[in-house]
Amino acid sequence: MDSVVTSPIMREQSGFVVELEKFSGPLDLLLHLIREDEVDITDLPIAKIADQFLSVISDLGLNQAADYLEMAARLLRIKAQMLLPRRLGDDEWEDPRAELVRRLLEYQQIRELVDWLGRAAEVRAERFGRGYEAPPPDAPPAPLQIDLNDLLAAAERVIALIPEPMLHRVVPRPLDVEGATARIQALLEERETFGWVEAVGPQATLVDVLSTFIALLELAKRSSLTLSQPEPFGPMVITRATTREAA
Amino acid sequence: MQPLAKLLEAALFAASRPLTVEELASLEPETGESGVRAALAELRTVYGDEHGVELVEIAEGWQFLTRREYAETIERAQFALRPRRLSPAALETLAIIAYRQPVGRLEVDEIRGVDSGAVMDKLVERGLIEVVTRGEGLGRPLLYGTTPPFLEILGLKDLEDLPRLEELSVALRRPTPVDEPE
Repeated sequence: MDSVVTSPIMREQSGFVVELEKFSGPLDLLLHLIREDEVDITDLPIAKIADQFLSVISDLGLNQAADYLEMAARLLRIKAQMLLPRRLGDDEWEDPRAELVRRLLEYQQIRELVDWLGRAAEVRAERFGRGYEAPPPDAPPAPLQIDLNDLLAAAERVIALIPEPMLHRVVPRPLDVEGATARIQALLEERETFGWVEAVGPQATLVDVLSTFIALLELAKRSSLTLSQPEPFGPMVITRATTREAA
Repeated sequence: MQPLAKLLEAALFAASRPLTVEELASLEPETGESGVRAALAELRTVYGDEHGVELVEIAEGWQFLTRREYAETIERAQFALRPRRLSPAALETLAIIAYRQPVGRLEVDEIRGVDSGAVMDKLVERGLIEVVTRGEGLGRPLLYGTTPPFLEILGLKDLEDLPRLEELSVALRRPTPVDEPE
């Protein structure tokens, strides 16, 4: 993943500018830090490098970049391993930095090759071969040659392929929100509180239920009434709002 | 100039890519590759210094290329344009694949320390690398190698033209164990 952070940030403690977009990854950044500190790559001062690495990636808000975070975790683990006590003259001890150093050297070698390849490509780009061509424009479609019979036959074939349309008759059933609003407002005028069944009226159709429900929500939004449901799945109770605005 | 050299000159002029000795030999089957090589040598001498183009051995073949000193002028007139530069990420990936081929995506990721899938897809699209085989092991991963266009954009004769790893200042070696931590 290439880093995406753009703004360079001055690091006060070391006084150099780290611009992350120019690094192609955590190994590149590590090599940069090592060069800045002029330390021996085979004898990494891991605590110092780990701290610098962490401060660079946190300064730059790179916390999103998993590759950098993974390297940060690896550095911290090595740092912790270096702190573990070990006996003097312990031949079994394996330097926890060895794997990282191997990868860094390998990567450094790749960087050197990158410079070489980049130079080679640049030199090559200065010589042109035969046959340079700008991309051709799109060719116009070939002129159509066809007589009337062909056209009619083609039209018939196309028409024959059209399936019989399936027709549905859609009956409009508009919601009557205005009517429901008026009915509820009338109920509110005469009663402080009433239930859902009264609001929706007798023998309510689906459209009535929907209209009433939307009207109630709308009136509740306008603070004309409050809606409550004393128990789960119980009937809704509609109460006139104490401070009613003119609806 | 001998007739074969003239024929090769015409063929190389007509082609827009490097032609291999084998391809050139197919022009006149009775001459054979050694005859072609001799004619190429003659042609190269003819185009020695007196011409604006020269005969270059590139990408396992031969091609007429303009001389470097005219690049800027030709480009200013927009008769031809330099190809886009490869990004550092692309070059890193190419370097790894060139030296480790055939190599799988995982190994490239591992060496670069970042996910290289998108970069490799682009390189495949540009024809600079290709799947050459499948590896052993889990999922039989696709293994990639470089292509002739890779040699072409770098101006290399063949992969032997790449620097040897021993010639680099960082030789790849196991670090010597460190006795004391800091």
